[in-house]
Amino acid sequence: MSDSTKGVSRRGFLKGAGSAAAATALLDSAVLTVREATAQITGPPVYGPGRTELALHVNGSERTVLVEPRTTLAAALRDELDLTGTKVVCDRGACSGCTVWIDGLPVASCMTLAIDAAGRKITTIEGLATGDKLHPVQEAFIEKDAMQCGFCTPGMVMTAAALLERNPDPTLDDVKEAVSGNLCRCAVYPQVFEATLAAAKKRKASQIAGS
Amino acid sequence: MDRFEYVSATTVAEALAQLGEGRQVKAGGIDLLDRMKEGLSSPKRIVNIRTISELDGVEIDASGLTIGPTTTLATVAAHEPLRDSYRAIADAARAAATPQIRNVATAGGNLLQRPRCWYFRERDFDCLRKGGQGCFAQDGANRYHAIFGNDLCAMVHPSDLAVPLTAFDAVLDLTSAKGTRKVPISTFYVGPETDPTRETDLHRDELLTAIRVPAPPPGTRSAYFKQKEKESADWPLAGVAVALQISSGVVQRASVVLGAVAATPWRSKPAEAALTGRAIDEAAARRAAAAAVADAKPLAWNGYKVAVLETIIRRTILEAAS
Repeated sequence: MSDSTKGVSRRGFLKGAGSAAAATALLDSAVLTVREATAQITGPPVYGPGRTELALHVNGSERTVLVEPRTTLAAALRDELDLTGTKVVCDRGACSGCTVWIDGLPVASCMTLAIDAAGRKITTIEGLATGDKLHPVQEAFIEKDAMQCGFCTPGMVMTAAALLERNPDPTLDDVKEAVSGNLCRCAVYPQVFEATLAAAKKRKASQIAGS
Repeated sequence: MDRFEYVSATTVAEALAQLGEGRQVKAGGIDLLDRMKEGLSSPKRIVNIRTISELDGVEIDASGLTIGPTTTLATVAAHEPLRDSYRAIADAARAAATPQIRNVATAGGNLLQRPRCWYFRERDFDCLRKGGQGCFAQDGANRYHAIFGNDLCAMVHPSDLAVPLTAFDAVLDLTSAKGTRKVPISTFYVGPETDPTRETDLHRDELLTAIRVPAPPPGTRSAYFKQKEKESADWPLAGVAVALQISSGVVQRASVVLGAVAATPWRSKPAEAALTGRAIDEAAARRAAAAAVADAKPLAWNGYKVAVLETIIRRTILEAAS
């Protein structure tokens, strides 16, 4: 937990803001310089309210973004890194459409500040496949037709895949509990359950065959 | 969401030094971000306490259970020794929110959530709780609102975890620069008759630093049940935590605490009295459940909650005793 702001760089912030054309950003950088000087004496470093450079470890590579502390992880991924596979639907953590993994755990990226995810391992739907080889859950979703409009699908797949990472042999109830926060207005839930169980079975069979 | 400054504290002292006007503590940040996105809260500076390692973790010893306030709900739910001795607490943590939220949201944050009443959450309704004149729910859309103590404000307390913690007589450590106050959870939550503009006794210069549960007497068994509108993740329509100390087949001590039916976790003394000194069977559970809802005062659209509550109380008493 103590490493969660490891990826935040104040020096980087100043560099980035200095090159920004907007007058407000320049003003922020000036304000921050003063505050930074006082922070050395009085307490921990203060970031923002202007843009701060963050190092985000996304899908195995380190990416830097220049964002305000109020920027959510979902917004940083979509708007700064163009990783638009992560969908924002309710924007309140109620539908799980924006599910990504942080350190392997599925979380709602719309309710996570990007600055809180700095320095941690982030996996998005774009990082689930290995090269051209889809994740077994992705294959199973296609095979079982576990989508209709597709908008909940990235979040649903990330949630189901996270379940298989920690429980390779889930029961139907385990699957239902795992996706209990993922809303699908097309109601393809039965196919999601079926696909997740099929992916687990297939993965197990391939592991046995490969061992 | 308005802009803010962001500071991460690494010790309690560092966090306390940051508190003050315009400052807002953030742990998991789930409820806070919701309010900030709705324009209900615009702190100038957020003080992140997820980086204080001493506030994170579960400890169990002979004297009882201590839950660090920044422990995630997922960790509380999955903690096997906690589940063994304090089952209702683990079950309540597991019943809260979605799996994604439970991986981030903290025990302390769950206890300190602001009301979920839709009039409170909508910026344009200047309700009593926001310093306005009255409660819009009382004559408005109140299907999810309180059936007890709803004369001034009809909000229901949204926390799952607070319900079994009240049944187990938890004590909260509230720390300021002056020291630590130990406040029983039963007096921590403030009813609208005391002050409708705050839900808790947490002062502005204080941080919740520990959730302590005294070891229950031997033979104590507990259960928590949350009735939701849908089977998957949802807010409670009603919840109930039951802790029973049973010896020689007779209840020595009973705790029955109701959730999502009043502005605070609602201890049902009538139900507890109906169980104490009795053997638990279907008839005893039925009598206690009936006693618990006898003085309910439903509003125009939430009368169904009385029947739901009575049913889940009966079932949860039987579940705890089984």
